[in-house]
Amino acid sequence: MTEHVEWSEPEAVAAPASAAVTPADAADAARLVAFGLQPRLQPARDQEYGELLRRYREDPPFARLADAVATGLGLVVLEVSPRAGMAVTAAEDSVFAVRMSDYARRTSSDAGDRFLHGLAHLAVAALAFPRPEDLADDGYIGRVSVNGVDSFVRQACRRLEERAEEQGENTDPATDAPGLEAAWRIWVRRSATGATKDARRLAGSTTGIVGKAVAFLTDSGFLQRTGDDNGGTYRTTARYQLQVRDMAGSAAMAELLELGVVPVTDGTATLLPAEDTDDLELVADAGLPFHS
Amino acid sequence: MTSPASTDSVPPQLSAGPRPAPGPAADEGLARRLRALACTAPLHDLDARKANLAGEYSVYGMAEVALAAIDLVTLNMDFDTGADHEQIVARLVPRIAAQAPQRPVAEHERVARWVLENLINVGSVDRGFRAVYGTFASDGTYVRRDYDFKLIEEVPGYGGGVYLRTTDEAVNVLVGALDTDVTSAQIAAEVKLEVLISRGRLADAQLAAEQARYRTVQYSETLRKALDATRRNVRAVDWLQAVPDMIAEALDHVADRYRHENAILTNIRKARDESEDPEHKRRAAELVDIVKDCIRRHTQLQSRLLEAGPLFRAEQDRQAFGTPLTTSGIDLYGHLVAPVLPLPLQEAVRVTDAFFARGTGFRTRASVRVGDLVDLLLTPPVEREHLGAEMPEPDLIATPDDSRFSEEQLAVATELLDLPADAPRRLSGLLAEARRQDPELPYLVALLAVHAASPPVGTAYRQGEEKLLFAVDDGTELDDPEFGGADLIVGTALLDAVGMAADRS
Repeated sequence: MTEHVEWSEPEAVAAPASAAVTPADAADAARLVAFGLQPRLQPARDQEYGELLRRYREDPPFARLADAVATGLGLVVLEVSPRAGMAVTAAEDSVFAVRMSDYARRTSSDAGDRFLHGLAHLAVAALAFPRPEDLADDGYIGRVSVNGVDSFVRQACRRLEERAEEQGENTDPATDAPGLEAAWRIWVRRSATGATKDARRLAGSTTGIVGKAVAFLTDSGFLQRTGDDNGGTYRTTARYQLQVRDMAGSAAMAELLELGVVPVTDGTATLLPAEDTDDLELVADAGLPFHS
Repeated sequence: MTSPASTDSVPPQLSAGPRPAPGPAADEGLARRLRALACTAPLHDLDARKANLAGEYSVYGMAEVALAAIDLVTLNMDFDTGADHEQIVARLVPRIAAQAPQRPVAEHERVARWVLENLINVGSVDRGFRAVYGTFASDGTYVRRDYDFKLIEEVPGYGGGVYLRTTDEAVNVLVGALDTDVTSAQIAAEVKLEVLISRGRLADAQLAAEQARYRTVQYSETLRKALDATRRNVRAVDWLQAVPDMIAEALDHVADRYRHENAILTNIRKARDESEDPEHKRRAAELVDIVKDCIRRHTQLQSRLLEAGPLFRAEQDRQAFGTPLTTSGIDLYGHLVAPVLPLPLQEAVRVTDAFFARGTGFRTRASVRVGDLVDLLLTPPVEREHLGAEMPEPDLIATPDDSRFSEEQLAVATELLDLPADAPRRLSGLLAEARRQDPELPYLVALLAVHAASPPVGTAYRQGEEKLLFAVDDGTELDDPEFGGADLIVGTALLDAVGMAADRS
């Protein structure tokens, strides 16, 4: 999982540090992990953080020590670099892991709400990194807005609705089997926004749910707020790209494959033509002019 | 209808008994009508529930108020946002007041808000309605289904505001044309209007014109949604053919409608001007306003269409001509979002859960020591300063009075130029008289006289002035030590204020 980036002359500097590990080294390694646990702290803003990062990259025994400290705490090291800092994330069942039931209370009883909150996070990522290239390009900075994410999902749902109508399907769900209802209908059914008595965003509306997601991601150091237009605009950080690319995306893909849904791809990251064939495989005849 | 093969074995005398369940094809039309019927239910429901409200509300026709509200929202829906909540309430109040004039205004407003909130269905988490109906599935089993719909929905607008929009369902219920194609219905409405006007039946024409406007609004809605999508997700769009075709079609459509509606406009204007009946005149004038509004909406739509092209090209440049990367990655939309949405809820939630669990980062939990907690709770709250810092006394600087002429000079000049209507004077005489009083005054008089050469007739007409200063050049040259040019004849024209007022109304 660990990526050692821009390795510069390790052997020259590593020589004096190759001695046995001292308690001071362990303290420094732990301090570096502690810096990593403050996701909104930028390495460039803190001199000590920057020095520890340099030591991690130039001193392999120290790096192994820091990795071990992180692992022992139940953390996964995604990348250690000047741009992302000590990018760590919670391993499964770690004390640092975020649980859906802590995130939003209604989700434990209501599968629909649970889905809406999860999809909001997925949609934020999908809109922040619209193409595979954007997710792979370390220099890419994605931009999202709350209303933009909501209308993006609604548009995708509308396409499914149009397709179902074209095929003459009746997508109204059976009354006594809510679990069998097509997932997109849950989002469509929920109102986009709503007036409240205290002029705050209606928490149960889809923009409220997306707003909660981006606020949470901002606290995680994954997004930075850039403005108030369109319900709030945000840009991505290097940590978010790593998290989505190395952790969340593949985990969700694995789950999808387990369900027997195989999105067809030839592995190339080419532009429109390849994607077109890709998507046509998934969404046939979604109707003019927007097939996906 | 095709019968299942098994009916062959049924003895003929039994076929007169209970008929087998009709197939899905016949059921589909029934389901559509059931859904249409369901859309009207919230309106009936308002009248049924008004008795439960605290107070005597039975005098109000709630369904009528509700339909009026849907009308208002539809007509006030802008291309970009929607109708303003308060504005709708304010416009509903006169109708409610007419239903029960003796009741207090506050109650009228309460009724307006109650109706509007019930049309949004504020109490439910989805802010929508649900109706249950039954259909026969293809295998003959009877399935109960939920139909979810909204009549008025709340959408985010500029600056974080919440606006109201009527949904397609509501527009369909309102217009009464259920399950019809938008484009053809619009054409039909316009043809009907033209015929009605050519036959001089304006009362019906107004109804048809209003319907045409609802259709226009609905049509722009459809296109707005489509354009929104292209802005958001360029890669999902076929820029080679589909989009240019779509834009070309839409532009053709706008041009066509524009021509069509201008023709109608000319016709109605003619009807308005030629008609003797004042009632006809008034209706035709209203029609002109409606058609003008349609044209305005089309123009708005057209400008959106023209903006779409450059936007696409800019995005295309960024996305298609960037340096391609060798690493292949996950296509979040194509590989995750698109496949997840059609899954049944119980499966989709597994994928989103997996993404959530690993995509949200970590939280360092705050742990509390009892000692700290006690200290924290026992600390007295910090006294807050109610008044802020003292405001510094503002340092005002008097701006110098840099006017060329004083108020007194203006008064003297005005008095000098207050000429009787039947005795105009030469500018040279006026200047000489002014010079005797004040050496600066001739400049002001000359200035006023030059202005009078092009008198503000339109303003005087609108404001109902009784007289107007004018100046005419008859070719005589001005002989004056300080000024040159034409020796203007300055006079006062009397205006027929009463006649103008009658003309204006």
